[in-house]
Order: sequence, then structure tokens, then C-alpha cells
Amino acid sequence: MKVLVAMSGGVDSSVAAALLRDAGHEVVGVTMKLWGGESDTGCCSVADVDDARRVAQQLGLDHVVFNFGDDFAAHVVEPYLEAHVAGQTPNPCVECNRHLKFARLAERAEQLGFDALATGHHARVAPPADGRGWRLGRGVDRAKDQSYVLHMLGQRDLARTLLPVGQLRKAEVRARAAALGLRTAGKADSQDVCFITSQHGRRAFVGTRRPLHPGTVVDTGGRRLGEVPAVELVTVGQRKGLGGPGGEPARYVVDVDVPARRVTVGWHDDLLVEEQDALAWRWVDGVIEDAVLAAGTAGPVLVQVSAHGRPRPATLVLADSGVVTVRWHDRERRVAPGQSVVAYDRTDELVLGGGLAA
Amino acid sequence: MRPEAVEAMLPFLTERFANPSGSHGASRDARRGVDEARDVVAEALGGAPGEVVFTGCGTEADNLAVLGTVRRHGGVAVCSAAEHHAVLHAVEHVGGRVVAVDAAGAVDLDALADALDESVRVVSVMAVNNEVGTITPLDEVAAVVRERAPGAVLHTDAVQGLQWLDLAVAAADFDLVAVSAHKFGGPKGVGALLVRGNTSVEPLLMGGGQERDRRSGTHNVAGIVAMAEAMRVTVATRTETVARVQALRDRLVDGLVAQVPGLRETVPRDRKVAGSAHVCVEGVENESLLFLLDRGGVCASAASACSSGAMDPSHVLAAMGVPREVAGGALRLSLGWASRDEDIDRVLEVLPAAVQRLQPERPERPGAGVGVPVA
Repeated sequence: MKVLVAMSGGVDSSVAAALLRDAGHEVVGVTMKLWGGESDTGCCSVADVDDARRVAQQLGLDHVVFNFGDDFAAHVVEPYLEAHVAGQTPNPCVECNRHLKFARLAERAEQLGFDALATGHHARVAPPADGRGWRLGRGVDRAKDQSYVLHMLGQRDLARTLLPVGQLRKAEVRARAAALGLRTAGKADSQDVCFITSQHGRRAFVGTRRPLHPGTVVDTGGRRLGEVPAVELVTVGQRKGLGGPGGEPARYVVDVDVPARRVTVGWHDDLLVEEQDALAWRWVDGVIEDAVLAAGTAGPVLVQVSAHGRPRPATLVLADSGVVTVRWHDRERRVAPGQSVVAYDRTDELVLGGGLAA
Repeated sequence: MRPEAVEAMLPFLTERFANPSGSHGASRDARRGVDEARDVVAEALGGAPGEVVFTGCGTEADNLAVLGTVRRHGGVAVCSAAEHHAVLHAVEHVGGRVVAVDAAGAVDLDALADALDESVRVVSVMAVNNEVGTITPLDEVAAVVRERAPGAVLHTDAVQGLQWLDLAVAAADFDLVAVSAHKFGGPKGVGALLVRGNTSVEPLLMGGGQERDRRSGTHNVAGIVAMAEAMRVTVATRTETVARVQALRDRLVDGLVAQVPGLRETVPRDRKVAGSAHVCVEGVENESLLFLLDRGGVCASAASACSSGAMDPSHVLAAMGVPREVAGGALRLSLGWASRDEDIDRVLEVLPAAVQRLQPERPERPGAGVGVPVA
């Protein structure tokens, strides 16, 4: 097959390219130029493009760079800023996958005659079997599993996506990279958002592009406790104050109201809810969607609400409006609005669908 | 590279390898290579040998002209909006003024006049635009500047000019003329700035004082020798080359216009150099087109590549008022002394098929042919 491999400059996509080459595919590596500003987190900066290109050279593969800066600005950066203004906690990496990697890039790959797009994500594509369609599965190395950030992939996407590294444990990926003599074998995994540098941070990034406002901190009874310098940067679930012997137990942010410039904090118990609404829900498969629409519910399923969080049992209820309500079997923490909510099947292996916490 | 230039430089990579700045026999021998090269460059540019400053590239020559003038003499720098970034970024760096260009990419003389006053110290206008090939009427620019800002120094980035124009004539009124060897069959990594008469610039590089203190640093002797030889051959064969390349270019563009729906020639032929075949194709993204052309053995470009290797949108087309959607389908096909009929044939085979692949809904024009499979 002709495969276009997205190479971020990291060890996973380097090995993905090598595996596909060794499997006999005609492989071309691509790095997307997404962000023109400073970047030091190890994903897609100019230095990372150099790494990707040199690895491609080492593997004997052609390497191209596509400039998708406009799409990135429109679909990832601007929404990231707007989400903060609205008091939400966005996950831009999810949006990059949704709009750039598996949309813009995938379309370009098809246009240029490639049969599939591959990435170095730790996840697996399960082809149709046992009467069901394509599924996205967790990577073998559970600690590195990235199915959560790929939850938006549907049938058409999965049919044209290859995830070679999901079959390997991370240690094995590094070992293969070292065996191939790849310069990225020892490169640290990328952390955090690619357009936020460790030097300047989120506050400077958002603050130089949107006005930030101080806010008051109140407890659940409305009593004023203090202030925060930027209410837009506060996240539901965030810990404020330290617990400890003789000290107060920790308080947690239970609500952020940007227009009112108010952050409400409470005890851990105040964070716990029985239900969590999710918007913009997408099912991996129309068949599942039809079944859920007919039944009005789905479950029990396992729901994960952060990149490496433990999935918790729940039943999903579908409203006419399209909102999916996650009914936790035990009370769970409220999810920060804007974070992804992803449902897995009972085996905790296959993604059923996902949406955004309301 | 021109074979004559390769041959001329080889001895300077081997037996004539000494540093020309020394005083012993081997140095003097290398020195002679540089001196003779200097004479050739001076004559081609219409200046005196002492006016030639060898640099590491055209960018350095442009930077030296703009930054060197402002740093030594103060004042304001002015350039056109279609300049190469080597000029544009330098002018922006010193807080200069950028003047509009017309729809063909040449500096708008009225806008230029408006931007000039007695505070202007350097005016930089390129002889030939590197993307779209437009020729600037340098004598007309000089006339406007001499009238409105008589104290200003005139600089031209002539990097794309030497192979098409007699710069000694075309840039005769200009005080600073920049060239770059790899554009006329010389090696990469060497250029020159003609610094005419009493013009003085503050050097970018300080050190051993080479090039009469204007550009310190050990000479790239082999590169300089090769540049001069390439220049000599280019000038000697220019008339014939221009005619030959023009015919190739005309066949190419006429063929493309006939066979590719939505393809337009960007600048009229009477305003640009013989080797420029810049076109805009409707409804395709140039990154995709370039990829398919590459697969078909055609090396082309669109605008300029940034340090990551990605294409950035063309500031030249933007300055010319070309809408962004049209500029997105811009294709820069450049011909030179080495271009042959087979190259034209190849492009005419590959490009229409590539465009058709990217615009599947468009009806095939008669004569587009089956084309070479591009995947």
C-alpha cells in the first residue's frame, strides 16, 4: 500500500515509519507545519521537523512538509483561546487530531493517491469482525495508551488509518529505534501543548491574546475566601489550598463562572456528581448509534475523562437533543467543561464513542 | 553549475589551496585567482575592481547594502513590497518603509515618490523579481529617487538579473548592486556587492579586514573563481541564451494555458525575463500540485520555503493584489541556461494530468492526453 506517515519528530512516529517500510509498504513521511511561533515541547517545532526529516533519510524514505498553519490557527488555537474566555478547559491535542491529522491531512493523503494515513499513536485499529464494524482499540502498553485522544475516528477514518506502534510496548518501541540507529531513540516524549512553551507558559500565551480578569473565590455557601488573578485560567477540579496534619483539607474548584468573575471551591465531596453531560457526541459506528437511539441508553460501559485516567463504569443515556448523559455507577468528579469524555466497551478495550464535557 | 565554472574551481580545491591573505608564493598564487575573478565581476557589473566586495551569498550582499548603509549613515531605508526577504526583513529590521508594487509586481513609482523625503538614506528595488520574473525599470526608479531624495543611496538586488540583463547598463545609476553566483551557473555560497564610487557601508563582518575592511573573513577562493567564470560565460552567451530560453518558455506557457483549465500566466511577457514561467492554477493547492509534479520528475516551487521546509504563502503575490485563493494555486516554473526541449515536454506531460487529478470534476480539455501516471 501507499502509506503517508505523519512524523512528529518523536520516537513513536519514527518507529511507525520503519515498521511500515519493513512490512513492504511504499512509505512517505510527512510533518505538518502547524505553529509558526515558539515551540519547545517536542512536537512539530522546526527542530522536530529536522528530526523527522533526518529519520526519514535514515530510513530511506521521502519526507515532505505541509503547511497547515491557517487550519491550525482556525481550528485549534482560536477555539483554545475562546474556550478559556468561556471558562472551559480545552484539549487542543484532541482538536488537532479531529481537524488536522484525521481531516485535513487525511484528505490530502487521499487526494495524493495514498491508500492510508499512519501515525505513531499508541492505539490499535481493529478491522470489522464478529458482525461489527471497524473499531479503535487501546494500545498494548496501557500506560501509554492514546486511544482517548483518537476517540473521534469513525468508520471511514479507521478504514484508512494504520497505527503500527499500538502493538508494541513503549520500551520495545525505543529498543527498535535504537536497533535501527534512529536519532530519536532516546528523545523524550512530548509533553503538553505544542504551542505553549515551557518558558512562557499558558498564562502568557492566553494573556497576550485575550484579556484575563481577576476573580473572587467563594465557597459553596457563597462566602468570600479570596481572589485569583485570572479566572479564565482556572479549571474545575483544580486543587486549591493544601491539606495536611493540623491544616485544612484541600479545597477543589467546583465551578468557574467567567462572566460573574467567580470561582467556587468546595471540599472533595462537593466535586462528586452522579451524572455528567457530554455534548457533540460521536459514535464510532452508525450501527451503535442506531442501537443507542432505539434503546435510549447504552451500557454498562466504561467512561474515561482524561488522557490517562482510570475508566469508570457508567450507563449512557441519550436525550432527544443529542446530549449524552453519563450516569456514573458510583459518584465521580465533575469533569471540567471542554474536556473529552470517552466511552469504552465492557472489555475496556474498544472505543464506542466520545464527546465534550458540558 | 556551468561545467566551465566547475573546471575553473577545481585547482583551487587542490593544488592552489593557499589562503590568499598570506604573503608567501602559494598565497600569492591563490590571491591572483581572486584578483582575476574580481576583474571579471567588475566588468560584468560595470564597475571598477576595487568596488567589488565578495560575500558569502546574495542575502549577505543585500543585508550589507541595507544594514550597512543605515548603520553607517543613519536615516531611513525604503524598499518595495515585492523584495526578496533578504531585503525586506533587513528594511523592516531597521524600521524602514515598504512601498506598494503594481499588479505586475514592479514598484509603483508614484507610491515610491510619496515615500521619499530627505530622511531617506537607502532605496532598495530589485532588478528582477525572483518569484514572478518582473523587470523593474531601474532608470526610472533612479530618476524618481534623485529628484525626491537626492541624498539617498540606490541599491538593487540584482540576483535574478545578471543572466537576463546587461546589468552594467541597466544598473548604471545604482550605487549598490548585489548578485549571487548560483543563479547564473556558479556555486552556492558565494555572492558579491558592487559598492560604487564614494559609497560606503558599515561592514557586517569585522575581523581581518579583507575586501578593504568591507567584508572580513577568509576568502572562499574556489567559489569566487567559479563565480567569476560562470559570470564570464553567462555574459558572453547571454544574447543567444535569452532567445533560446524565451522560445522554450513561450512553448511551455502556451502549452499549459491551452491544456490546463483554470491556469493563468501571472505576468505579461513584455514585463518579465525570458526564463520566468510563473502561473496560477485555479482550484488546486500548490503543495499538492508540487508533490505530484515531483513524483512525475518535475522540480518546481511555489513561493518560498521556510526553515522547516514548508511553503509559506507568497508575499509577492499578496503585494501584487492576487487573491489568496488564487495565490494558493501559484506555481513557479523557472527556466535557465540549462533548460532543454525535453524539460518542456516533460512538464507538458505531467502537469495537466496532475492538475486533473486534483480537480477531478473538471472536464478534460481536448489535447490534455493520457499523461504520465503520477503516483
